[in-house]
Amino acid sequence: MTHTSSVPLYWRLKKSKYNVIGTRCRTCNTAYFPGRQLCQNCRRKGEIEELKFSGLGKILSYTIIRTAPQGFEQYTPYAVAVIELDEGTMISGQIVGNPAGLKIDQRVKPVFRKISEDGSDGLIHYGMKWELVDGQ
Amino acid sequence: MTQIGIVGYGAYIPRYRITVEEIAKVWGENAEDIKNGLMVYEKSVPGADEDTITIAVEAAKNALARAGIDPKKIGAVYVGSESHPYVVKPSGTVVAEALMTGENVMVADFEFACKAGTAAMQCCYGLVKAGEIEYGLAIGADTSQSRPGDALEYTAAAAGGAFIIGGSPLAVLEGTVSFTTDTSDFWRREGEDYPKHGARFTGKPAYFRHVTAATRLLLEKLSLKPSDFTHAVFHMPNGKFPTTAGKELGFTSEQLKAGLVVPHVGNSYSGSSLVGLTAALDAAKPGERILVTSYGSGAGADSFSFEVTDRILERRDNAPKTEYYIRKKENIDYGTYIKLKRKLKQ
Repeated sequence: MTHTSSVPLYWRLKKSKYNVIGTRCRTCNTAYFPGRQLCQNCRRKGEIEELKFSGLGKILSYTIIRTAPQGFEQYTPYAVAVIELDEGTMISGQIVGNPAGLKIDQRVKPVFRKISEDGSDGLIHYGMKWELVDGQ
Repeated sequence: MTQIGIVGYGAYIPRYRITVEEIAKVWGENAEDIKNGLMVYEKSVPGADEDTITIAVEAAKNALARAGIDPKKIGAVYVGSESHPYVVKPSGTVVAEALMTGENVMVADFEFACKAGTAAMQCCYGLVKAGEIEYGLAIGADTSQSRPGDALEYTAAAAGGAFIIGGSPLAVLEGTVSFTTDTSDFWRREGEDYPKHGARFTGKPAYFRHVTAATRLLLEKLSLKPSDFTHAVFHMPNGKFPTTAGKELGFTSEQLKAGLVVPHVGNSYSGSSLVGLTAALDAAKPGERILVTSYGSGAGADSFSFEVTDRILERRDNAPKTEYYIRKKENIDYGTYIKLKRKLKQ
């Protein structure tokens, strides 16, 4: 059996996933991903605006997946990390390439990749993954 | 008349490589003979999460970084490939959305074997020249297919080149011509995983006839001769074909050197001549001329003349050079290659 996802859900989220687009509160400069419509600090006084993150950041923590969930078997072994983005806030994402030798605090940059596929006849889900910045 | 040409350019080559030795070992063939015959030593292999769309996006982001323009000013996105991930659902829709071009944009996928990317470039040039759009984005990208054990397996690679065409260019497009006939040297039928080819027939009546004819037509149209060009790029199914074609046309190996990326990248089909052009632009000085002739089986060839301007000096370093991607590599064994290319059917 092949896992299939919601086509409308992918369509609704594509903008934020293709480019790491969230929001920021202009009042206190807190960044949010996924984007929030209400600032958790400023509440009604907050002014929310769209924010395109640079995608640059550092690895806060990671885990190496050796037994993958359905649809991700071809990528094993691969690393999934919690990344602290330069603009603030955290995001989880896959680190491309060989996970051996990954270290906490390493700098990462975004790359555009296939995230998953709904089998051979379903939708292909694209979005951002991360790779190590050169020279580390 | 305002000058029109390349405003920004970018390349992308996946990091994985498989050597001729590694493939020859599996099939019991002589690697030295193959390397000498093809002038190819290794080829690029896409990661399991890479396809024509992801390669096109990465190359186009580099082109945008060099152009330094607002992506919303791009009025056309044309992606040329023979490995579009969907048969129905244009690659260009995902590429345009990922680049945030805005929705007032012409999008279509192009197919003409290995020259779909240069066909896209010609369309962008025409639309800009007619004043219909300010900028057009032409991309050639492929994750090319080859049947295990076929001669193509030594060269069928993955890469892409992207070009933003518009005014204030870093390289003026001086002219372009095409030479097209019905010549069946290489094809893939609907629903088939791998292409078939006419072996030696892909040479003289196909590649050589079309590449030399298109190049001669261009030189005649612009009243130029081979010695007027500092760099020349011909489609690179292997290293031997472009070298032989160049020599027949009167170009020296020195003129071909900067753009001859095939020995360590392989044949990236729709990306081939375009990645070669990015490498030539990386090396070119203002005032120099670059000739590019692509080739697409079926068959046709598109030839272009570019004159590099001073703007290249301020834009070139705004994105990684093609050499960066050629050097950034990780060699893999045949088993990993089969896994990444998903050649095992479950």
